[in-house]
Amino acid sequence: MTKTIKEIQEEIIEEFSKYADWSDIENDNNKYFHLIELGRALPPIDATMKSEKNIIDGCQSKVWLTAKVENDKMIYFADSNTEITKGIISLLIRVFSNQTPDDIINANMDFLKEMGLENHLSPTRANGLIIMIKQMKLYALASKARLSNKKV
Amino acid sequence: MEFDIKKIRADFPILKQIIYNKPLIYFDNAATTQKSLSVIESISEYYKTINSNIHRGVHHLSILATNQYEETREIIQKFINAKSKNEIIFTRGTTESINLIANTFAKRFINKNDEVIISTMEHHSNIVPWQMACEEKEAKLKVIPINESGEIIFGEFEKLLNKKTKIIAITHISNVLGTINPIKKIIEKAHNFNIPVLIDGAQSAAHTKIDVQELDCDFFCFSGHKMYGPTGIGVLYGKEKLLDELPPYQGGGDMIDKVTFEKTTYNKIPLKFEAGTQNIADAIGLKSAIEYINKIGIENIFRYEKEILDYATKKLLEIEGLKIFGTSKNKTSVISFLVGNIKPDDAGEIIDKFGIAVRTGHHCAQPLMDWYKIPGTVRASFAFYNTKEEIDMLAKAIHRVKVMFS
Repeated sequence: MTKTIKEIQEEIIEEFSKYADWSDIENDNNKYFHLIELGRALPPIDATMKSEKNIIDGCQSKVWLTAKVENDKMIYFADSNTEITKGIISLLIRVFSNQTPDDIINANMDFLKEMGLENHLSPTRANGLIIMIKQMKLYALASKARLSNKKV
Repeated sequence: MEFDIKKIRADFPILKQIIYNKPLIYFDNAATTQKSLSVIESISEYYKTINSNIHRGVHHLSILATNQYEETREIIQKFINAKSKNEIIFTRGTTESINLIANTFAKRFINKNDEVIISTMEHHSNIVPWQMACEEKEAKLKVIPINESGEIIFGEFEKLLNKKTKIIAITHISNVLGTINPIKKIIEKAHNFNIPVLIDGAQSAAHTKIDVQELDCDFFCFSGHKMYGPTGIGVLYGKEKLLDELPPYQGGGDMIDKVTFEKTTYNKIPLKFEAGTQNIADAIGLKSAIEYINKIGIENIFRYEKEILDYATKKLLEIEGLKIFGTSKNKTSVISFLVGNIKPDDAGEIIDKFGIAVRTGHHCAQPLMDWYKIPGTVRASFAFYNTKEEIDMLAKAIHRVKVMFS
């Protein structure tokens, strides 16, 4: 059975708690290393998805984000030109992909604060993070509207 | 004064801070500099003892505040060796100073098909106001090209000069490359064609001696906060004759001589350009900052910062894959770099965790980034309170960046 958004978030918090703090930068086992690793493990997206219309405005780094619906669930695709941002997107995709539009729209994203990520990002990156989440929720909202129209 | 780095650092309370369990290392001085206790206390003292409005008050506090404000003007006059204190206008900073000139100069002197010259290495504040003025007047913006080292190509600059050129606006020191432009030579050449020159001194006033009479520049702008003073206060120097010819920029307050509903007459310079209630407390803070610089001696500062720059350049170039943008022999205080293909924002985020403040990105000089075909750089910019030990720590942080992103 698919895990809920809440369960995935708790899993991520637990996973990151095993690593040394964000500021303990000289520790080889620190959270940044893990975030970068996660970003590198993100599957590459199709070149056609890296179009101008998929670029998220407001991100300090370049971020491409798109989505599709499969079996009434959202599937997200994203990439970035910077490694740390790519790691962050990989977390968001892990939380939101394979979830219903409704669950995504209503999701609480406090886990980012709990894992300490939000407090360690530069203001521009933190702003980019908010915009990414907003865009993912907008994709879910649009898909919800399309799905309801289909059912009518 | 002897250059005692320990004593100097003790004057800047912010430098004692611990960030992420590490001592703060502040290398973002091109963006803004730190403030000495004397500057901080002078602002506080103003509010505690003499806070009042200037120039028109007849009461005791107003007289004291006016005196201090006007003393600041005199100190600035001496600091840059202006002929008269009337040539010193208080603004909010370099950006407002440039906007003031671009706006009023265009109104009076620029017409359709005229030309304005800037350089490839300008930051946005010395590009956009001129673009706006040119658009308004249907004039053309011409750009002096640079070479790979980040120096203007003088021969190409000469080719741009002609009868249509109405003004040249150029930075003294590049905020990205650290290049010190040959402004004296540029001004001489421009004056052969009777073209006035505005010097953007945002990056130079705190690092090198400025003598506007020796330079013979027509306008010179700088910001208080980039020279150890407060934010929100800056200076526009202009030759008296030129300032007299320009129309006022904003209306209201001290810029007025007499108002009737039929016609308003304007005050003389410098007050003609100081509309509204001025930033009195920060002007007084700027006075303390200049007094502090004078106490150390601008030549001592230049010499020490050159030593720091040379040390940092050598140290950073030992890191394999690190490339410095801006390699002019005549440069100061700034090192912009990239390490291999590592994105500047990624590098900056890790360097920050070492307690080191560097700037990453395009540094408000997007056309220059486009010229180098790069998205941005990591920029370490130094001040006289920085040390070689701090640079060693930066090198260590960069090594760590390489490990994390390789």
